Amino acid sequence: MHNEKIKEIESELKRIFEGSIDQKRLEELKVEYMGKNGKITVLNSLIKDVPNEEKKEFGMKVNELKNTFNTKYEEIKERLEEDLINEKLESEAIDVTLPGTNILSGSAHPIERIIESLESLLMSMGYDVVEGPEVEKDLYNFELLNLPKGHPARDAQDTFYIKGDEYLLRSQTSPVQVREMLKGEGKEPIRIICPGKTYRRDEDDATHSHEFTQMEGLLVDKNITLGDLKGTFEEIAKMLFGKGRSTRFRPSYYPFTEPSVEMDISCFNCNGKGCNICKGTGWITVGGAGMVNPIVLRNCGYDPDKWNGFAFGFGIERLAMLKYGVEDIRVFYMNHDVRMLKEFDRREY
Amino acid sequence: MAISLNWVNDYVDIKNEDKKTLAQKITDAGINVEKVISNNIANLVIGQIEKVEMHPDSDHLHVCLVNVGDKTLQIVCGASNVRVGLKVIVALEGAVLPGDFTIKKSKIRGVESNGMICALFELGLEEKNDETYAKGITELPDDAPVGEDPLEYLGYNDTLYELDLNPNRTDCNNHLPFAYEVAAALNKKVTMPDVSFKELDEDVNNYVSLDVKTDNVSMYNLMVAKDVVIKESPNFIKRRLEAAGVRSINNVVDISNYVMLEYGQPLHFFDKDVVGDKIVVRMAHDKEIIKTLDGVDRELTTEDIVISDGDTPLCVAGVMGGLNSGITEATKNILIESAIFNPYNIRYTSIRLGLRSEASLRLEKPLSYEFTLLAIKRACHLLEKYADAKIVKGIVTYDKVDKTPKVVDVSLESINSILGMNIKSEEVDNILEALGFTYTKKGDVYTVTIPNRRQDIYNQKEDIIEEIGRIYGYDNIEPTLPLIKTKKGEYRDNVKLRKIVSKKIRSLGFSEIRTYTLISEEETTKYDYHFGKTIKLLRPMLKEKSCVRQSILPSLVNVLLYNKEKKNNDVFIYEISNVYHEEEEYVENSHLAFGISGEYLNNTWNSLSYKVDFYLMKGIVENLLNYLGYNNRYTLSLSDSLPKEIHPKINSEITIDGKNVGYFGKLHPKVSKEDVYVCEIDLSEILEHKTGDVKYQELNKYPKVEKDVAFVVNKDIPSIDILKAIKKSGGKLLTDIKIFDVYTGDRIDENKKSIAYKLTFEDNTRTLTEEEVMEIFNKIILDVLEKFKATVRDK
Repeated sequence: MHNEKIKEIESELKRIFEGSIDQKRLEELKVEYMGKNGKITVLNSLIKDVPNEEKKEFGMKVNELKNTFNTKYEEIKERLEEDLINEKLESEAIDVTLPGTNILSGSAHPIERIIESLESLLMSMGYDVVEGPEVEKDLYNFELLNLPKGHPARDAQDTFYIKGDEYLLRSQTSPVQVREMLKGEGKEPIRIICPGKTYRRDEDDATHSHEFTQMEGLLVDKNITLGDLKGTFEEIAKMLFGKGRSTRFRPSYYPFTEPSVEMDISCFNCNGKGCNICKGTGWITVGGAGMVNPIVLRNCGYDPDKWNGFAFGFGIERLAMLKYGVEDIRVFYMNHDVRMLKEFDRREY
Repeated sequence: MAISLNWVNDYVDIKNEDKKTLAQKITDAGINVEKVISNNIANLVIGQIEKVEMHPDSDHLHVCLVNVGDKTLQIVCGASNVRVGLKVIVALEGAVLPGDFTIKKSKIRGVESNGMICALFELGLEEKNDETYAKGITELPDDAPVGEDPLEYLGYNDTLYELDLNPNRTDCNNHLPFAYEVAAALNKKVTMPDVSFKELDEDVNNYVSLDVKTDNVSMYNLMVAKDVVIKESPNFIKRRLEAAGVRSINNVVDISNYVMLEYGQPLHFFDKDVVGDKIVVRMAHDKEIIKTLDGVDRELTTEDIVISDGDTPLCVAGVMGGLNSGITEATKNILIESAIFNPYNIRYTSIRLGLRSEASLRLEKPLSYEFTLLAIKRACHLLEKYADAKIVKGIVTYDKVDKTPKVVDVSLESINSILGMNIKSEEVDNILEALGFTYTKKGDVYTVTIPNRRQDIYNQKEDIIEEIGRIYGYDNIEPTLPLIKTKKGEYRDNVKLRKIVSKKIRSLGFSEIRTYTLISEEETTKYDYHFGKTIKLLRPMLKEKSCVRQSILPSLVNVLLYNKEKKNNDVFIYEISNVYHEEEEYVENSHLAFGISGEYLNNTWNSLSYKVDFYLMKGIVENLLNYLGYNNRYTLSLSDSLPKEIHPKINSEITIDGKNVGYFGKLHPKVSKEDVYVCEIDLSEILEHKTGDVKYQELNKYPKVEKDVAFVVNKDIPSIDILKAIKKSGGKLLTDIKIFDVYTGDRIDENKKSIAYKLTFEDNTRTLTEEEVMEIFNKIILDVLEKFKATVRDK
């Protein structure tokens, strides 16, 4: 008879749990069955009427019933909560295709980008980055560089003078090399690059600018060769214009280097076949270089019998024009439309 | 200016060389041939007109029968000067004339025409103008051989090289020095021009005396040529001068130019009968006047060299002749000058007078005395040959040239170690011989004598090594990297700070701009923040770019306003640049300037935005200064001494450790009606204030206590003063003060404001008790109430 009571509740619960139950009903069921006077709870009071030999079994069955109820209860409760969250999520749906919020992102000027990439390569090769004044002495800009007053090669660099013929706006970054060598006092090896602004009396047009940026490098050490310069240039060319570039040197002339060379890369546009970027030659000149002229070493306190080295120089605007396909140098200095600047707010690998 | 290969062929045999390949070889050796121009035209022949009839269907066309050697062709021609017997230039079928005009068989108004009778301008050999057009077809002399190439007959058949020379090798603009380069490239020998002539048995010293009164002349030679006949130059001279871009005048003038283009030595011819028998070379007197041959009175300075007759200047040396002393149609006797002047004086004079000529450009460079002497003899040879001149014996010379040859020792080992090549001894021998350098060899050391014609070569081994390298070919260099100590490069001095600041400010959303350092004088007065003396250029190119800027802001604000005009709304830009002013020395400072306008953050469709304001600017400045390590060392406070372009009430001066380093603020409404905020900071000054290393501090593990209070104070009390007072009263345990509300409005007095503070108290050694916190909190309140006549605002 007691067992029948259990069976009765058992089948009653089975029926109930097969039906649909909401949160409220679930809590009601909990009270109805498991509460103080709940249908399952009260079964415990029946135990005194159960014969001794059945007591144990009866107890187990009541417990089983409790467990069944609790398991079911937890299961349904969890499911209902899940439903509730899902409903909430559903109601929170947005249109993810609407535009995102604008967050400003800064960018380096194309000239700075080129400089930074050159710096990071050359710093890894041991070059320090140094700077010098733009208002410079004629002595450092020209004279100590084997360009005495009246030297015809000064023609190529028509210069802005400030006071007499003593002070000027530097026409090249080479005076930084002079200053560095004077500082080294003929004792210390030198490995520097010096990016910076330079000035010449050029009319501004698509390919000329009265202000422009140079980056020169100077290495003074022992037993340095033109081959070392070529190897260094190859690294630079490949970093800037890709691994596939080949390089060549052509004889040239600078008063401060001997021998002097022009540094060319194979045209990245036509790969050497000839196009309008390389003017049909298959080669593009990107800079000038050479072995430091012993006259300059001596002028700056280095004994050319002990020391030698090389110097190289690039026009950064020219590199930027080639690399980014800019056709007018004035783009870099005039009327900076922020839309232009934004074209440079991403990384390249 | 171009090099005629016909001319070069006089000195080195290049008849059978491919001219394009040769150009490449020479270019590879550093003599840059920019353009190869050939004026050969295929399918041109000399013809003779045998019959002329009027065209049946035209009143100006003629139908001609022309004998072209192997056949007779019918050709229709419109020129009025066609006539029987005339020898003419015929373009046969297949000839391609300038402008890609191909000659074909055709019918002209029904009559067959098998070619074209040409004028020189139609072949691109003469300028097309009214004069040449009126002459009609070109009439060849009677001796022109029918069936042959007319261009070769006329001496037009030539290949020209246009050169782009390095400034040390402009000697190669002259045919003989250029020939030496060709010879070196081809490993051939140079044949020198003929300088022989007969001499009259008279002494030149009886014709002219010479007195050189200045050290600025190192060599001066005079010779006399008598009884010249002025006439047209022979064809070959005319053609060659034309090729070089020099106009033919007459045989005598042409010879002086011809010799210049051969040797690179400019000559000057005086009319001997005008100048008299005395030549004095001296520096001009100050303000001395000479009327030059263009009829202009030129005022001279003591830096100009003049050739005078002892009294009157006859010629500005190397630059321009005097009006009456030159060669005319009537000249009979010539005084020939071949000289070397101080290049600096020639350069100075020609630039100052604006008279730079082929002659002055050559005299501005060091010249070879050997060529100076050869050139005057060569002129005599040509004058005798082509102007029937009789040359007076002897040469009047002033000569201070140091003739010691330059001799350089260079070892094979040093050649290879500097070039990074592996050239063998025999190869060096060959190159030196091809260059025409004499040498002796002892072991692996060469003793090289540099020929006098190579004035560009300096007395050191590197110059010889360059010669060997460029001829051997730089393509043979094996790329290597220097075998030196490895180290990591670093940013030095100012550069490092600049890079740090640049990267930080970019990460805050700013785009970098670069603007010109040179600005107008008017612009230099803007954003004047303790400006020094402005640096001005001596000879500016433009008024707009005549001064060196002391502030970046004038240019940066221009860029901001430009973008506003372009409707680019959100503009956040910066520039880092050096600025300059003059004290006893020139002072250089590195500045950072930035400007903001528009919205910092926005989303157009849900009206989310953060429009720029003073506090955003302030936040950016604080962020930057904190990042640089100046937390608690800077103050930002309203200033009344900022530039007039800045809003007087919405600004702040920045000081670090009590020193001004810059300012920021809103643009004055007179500058812009828009909300634009700008900042300029002196990075060089910042660098003076050292910062320490980052040190980790253990976080406080004891709880903190927060208390809120709002004070009502007079509007004009700056919040910073209250903050300072709170800080002072709060002592060590007060660790943070935040303003969480500022209120003005209806609920308090009109001239009052309410500022609400959240105060944080903590101690990193223990838990604070409520009582001790309240004690400090109440003290703070009492102090503020008393100090600022404030009240506590009820919640």
